[in-house]
Amino acid sequence: MIPAPFDYEVAESVDQAVELLGSRDDAKLLAGGHSLIPLLRLRFARPALLVDIGRMDDLRYVRDAGEQLAIGAMTRHNDLQHNPLVQEHTPILSHTAGLIGDPQVRHRGTIGGSVAHGDPASDLPTVLTALDADLVVRGPGGERTVPAEEFFRGVFETALGPQDVLTEIRIPKLGAAGWTYVKFTRRAQDWATVGVAAVVRRTNGTIDAAAIALTNMGPTPVRARAAEGALKTPDDAAGAANVVAQESDPPTDTSGSADYRRHLATVLARRALEEAISR
Amino acid sequence: MIAETRAEARDAAELVQVEYEPLPAVVDPERALEDGAPIVHDDFGTNSCYTWKLSAGDVDEEFGNASVVVKERYRQQRLIPNAMEPRGVIVQPFPATGELTMWSATQIPHIARVTLSMVTGVPEAKLRVVAPDVGGGFGSKLNVYAEEALALVLARKLGRPIKWIETRTEGYQATIHGRDQIQEIELAATSEGKIRAVRAKLTVAMGAYLQLVTPGVPLLGAWLYSGAYDVVAYDFECTGVFTTTTPTDAYRGAGRPEATYAIERAIDALARKVGKDPVEIRRLNFLREFPKTIASGLTVDSGDYDAHLDAALELLDYDAVRKDQAERRERRDTKEVGIGFSTYLEMCGLAPSRILGAIRYGAGGWDAATIRFLPTGTVQVLIGTSPHGQSHETTFAQIVADQLGVGYDEIEVLHGDTAVTPLGMDTYGSRSLTVGGIAVYKAAERIVEKARKIAAHQLEVGEDELAYDGGRFTANGGALTTKEIALQAWTAHNLPDGMEPGLEASYVFDPENFSWPAGTHIAVVEIDTETGNVDLIRYVAVDDVGKVINPDVVAGQIHGGVTQGVAQALWEEAVYDDDGNLITGSMVNYLVPSAAEVPSFELGSTETPSPTNPLGVKGVGETGTIASTAAVMNAVVDALSARGVTDIDMPATPERVWRAVKEVAS
Ligand SMILES: Cc1cc2nc3c(=O)[nH]c(=O)nc-3n(C[C@H](O)[C@H](O)[C@H](O)COP(=O)(O)OP(=O)(O)OC[C@H]3O[C@@H](n4cnc5c(N)ncnc54)[C@H](O)[C@@H]3O)c2cc1C
Repeated sequence: MIPAPFDYEVAESVDQAVELLGSRDDAKLLAGGHSLIPLLRLRFARPALLVDIGRMDDLRYVRDAGEQLAIGAMTRHNDLQHNPLVQEHTPILSHTAGLIGDPQVRHRGTIGGSVAHGDPASDLPTVLTALDADLVVRGPGGERTVPAEEFFRGVFETALGPQDVLTEIRIPKLGAAGWTYVKFTRRAQDWATVGVAAVVRRTNGTIDAAAIALTNMGPTPVRARAAEGALKTPDDAAGAANVVAQESDPPTDTSGSADYRRHLATVLARRALEEAISR
Repeated sequence: MIAETRAEARDAAELVQVEYEPLPAVVDPERALEDGAPIVHDDFGTNSCYTWKLSAGDVDEEFGNASVVVKERYRQQRLIPNAMEPRGVIVQPFPATGELTMWSATQIPHIARVTLSMVTGVPEAKLRVVAPDVGGGFGSKLNVYAEEALALVLARKLGRPIKWIETRTEGYQATIHGRDQIQEIELAATSEGKIRAVRAKLTVAMGAYLQLVTPGVPLLGAWLYSGAYDVVAYDFECTGVFTTTTPTDAYRGAGRPEATYAIERAIDALARKVGKDPVEIRRLNFLREFPKTIASGLTVDSGDYDAHLDAALELLDYDAVRKDQAERRERRDTKEVGIGFSTYLEMCGLAPSRILGAIRYGAGGWDAATIRFLPTGTVQVLIGTSPHGQSHETTFAQIVADQLGVGYDEIEVLHGDTAVTPLGMDTYGSRSLTVGGIAVYKAAERIVEKARKIAAHQLEVGEDELAYDGGRFTANGGALTTKEIALQAWTAHNLPDGMEPGLEASYVFDPENFSWPAGTHIAVVEIDTETGNVDLIRYVAVDDVGKVINPDVVAGQIHGGVTQGVAQALWEEAVYDDDGNLITGSMVNYLVPSAAEVPSFELGSTETPSPTNPLGVKGVGETGTIASTAAVMNAVVDALSARGVTDIDMPATPERVWRAVKEVAS
């Protein structure tokens, strides 16, 4: 790995990170490095300054915040997978974290980095979109909260400004809702060709609310509103799945054409809904 | 760009602004032969590099009389070899003597030395090439590359050591690729499905330039398009074509996986046409008497194809899997299973030098060994083959230990250094044991012969009165071990009159024939017809590689080989866009499988010793790759055949499978 030359600073606190980001024109945060370092290696990213927040353990936590879980941005995928609070209140997140890459990736990669990177093939952003999570951001102007659905703007584009640090992710507890995340990959440890997150609340024969979001079906995680609306009873899974790709704009690449991805989303959504409804 | 650190070199290289004039691209070999296609080399006026033919028997008549003709067209996609360890080279000049030492991650230190000496003008005797632990090769390091010549020339020019290490990205672009051919195969058969004649026609991408053996690679399969089956007439034609892509060259199996794929897929197509089970049609056509001169003209040494087919069927429990298949179809399960066979026949052990001459290789196919008994009783074995993961250190030491009666751990096998070893022809084409190993065996015989003379002399008996067992000569109550004799030979105080001192012997072995491994591989796949996903759920391989010296080493070769062949069937494909850019430029989208993608293989073996070498051994380095691609693709087609699918291009991606299923459904 021989990146273009850069300067390197370690940030001890969020405030210091914000300050360091402002000290240079082209500064970037380094968290787990599992998305940024591959880009540095290819010299696609050539920041003048890397601000390392990898040692800020006070951003690595999971807290019970009443209606929500509060998760620090530096929490690793492996933590999410095994944390008892996550397993109890947002099991879909722990399940999905366990599907990311391989053990090395899960031990280094962070939820904050995964969200901030804005890669449409990432799994966690889809799940956070389905869960209506809030993202807490600290910048030069103080702290603000951005709903997940407004956070992702395009391929590698988010609501984060150049001096912003994502500090916390807040997720409504799932309670009794049924859920799943289905990920289709070519090889065991690959990125998703397509992924489907489904959360379903039901009382006996009726569906009270459903949230469906898709991975790699457009430049950002895609919320499948038409399908959500079509899911009125537990028998509607197939019908809802048929319209799941309606809002999407999937890419064509070596993993599959846009047409194939639309088809795949339909199959996976039907399976995901059936599983979520029965859980 | 030369610098003192890698980082400096990389930064400096970025400062070089290259202006490229884009030339028209043509990446597909058939397209490259069409009128009006861009010409890769203007001075040739055509992209056709060569056409090579082999014909035997009256093929036209057989096709004219045939009740059944099967005509198939297959695509061997382009593959990237992906040795885990990239290439690399270091050259140390010794200005005082004019000598240069090159350490290179190469499979062929000896051939590299000859070639590099010719290219750079460094006298061969001043050039030492060392191939240390080079890591994987798979044919990608069976080549002489520009970087090696450059490092040599620069080290000579600057009088300083030069080092170059490939990046993975460079490796994908500039280290040779494999396969990339269109195959047309036709079978003429009786109404029962007995094959009479085979016609095969290949159109093969050479890439933009010829590397070491680029044009020869598809020809290594030239004799094998009739597979393990007895046919009377045979026709093969291969056209090599220049394309604006990375050169192709030897990749594990080189020519023979392609041949096996074509005949094994075609015989399944024939089975479907005449309504026979794939097992039945194979039994109907097997070669059964050995040695057997096959239609293409070579002689298969030995074999018993029913034996490994029977063994594999038993391991699989064939009837049970067929039953499962039928039940799934009965209940309209969206998940189908398919069973695919590959009863392959391979020729390997490159090679009888005369045959290499016939296909215009620049070198011979012999190999050499020297065995040196040291005064204290340990043994050096110097070999001309160059192992890079094939365990010659283990297998060759076993051969020598057996013959000389010394401990296995008292033997040191030295290889891959032109200053140390005898001239050799290196390692590829599953040749090391069947050629180099036999040289070792024969050299050891010479050691025993000479030791016998010394023993007879010192024990004062006739040579034929001596018994020899486990490193001990005995006669009339007297005994001498090979170790004792080694010391005697070194002191030379008491040797027969006129005998040269020392206990050292060499042998150069040129095989009279290839060796002909064969076997039955069976793949079972489960296909999710909704997503198109193919899951390889079982893999049975029963190989007959002649006499086995070390079962673990053999199993290791088969495991790796099978996985590489399965990879071609299901995952790997180097893709160029129409402008000639390699789209699959890294492992992110060039899908090399890991252990997680394959089931635990179920291996068995049968053994018909080769009569053409004294150990009865055959090659095993490539069998897995040669057999497995066809087995998996036959299984994929078998799973979907009831729905009417007869072909899917490789790799059988979920999208391709989905489209095939959709097409027959509509
Ligand atoms: C082999 C491999 C396989 C992978 N497979 C998957 C997979 O299957 N699914 C999946 O979802 N992901 C996958 N990933 C990506 C992995 O999850 C990454 O770890 C993650 O996307 C980025 O997290 P990180 O902590 O490594 O971020 P980094 O690489 O350190 O940073 C990524 C980007 O986010 C910015 N950033 C990081 N933290 C913050 C913050 N707190 N505030 C603001 N900006 C920040 C950085 O400046 C940078 O631009 C894989 C990665 C690899 C190497």
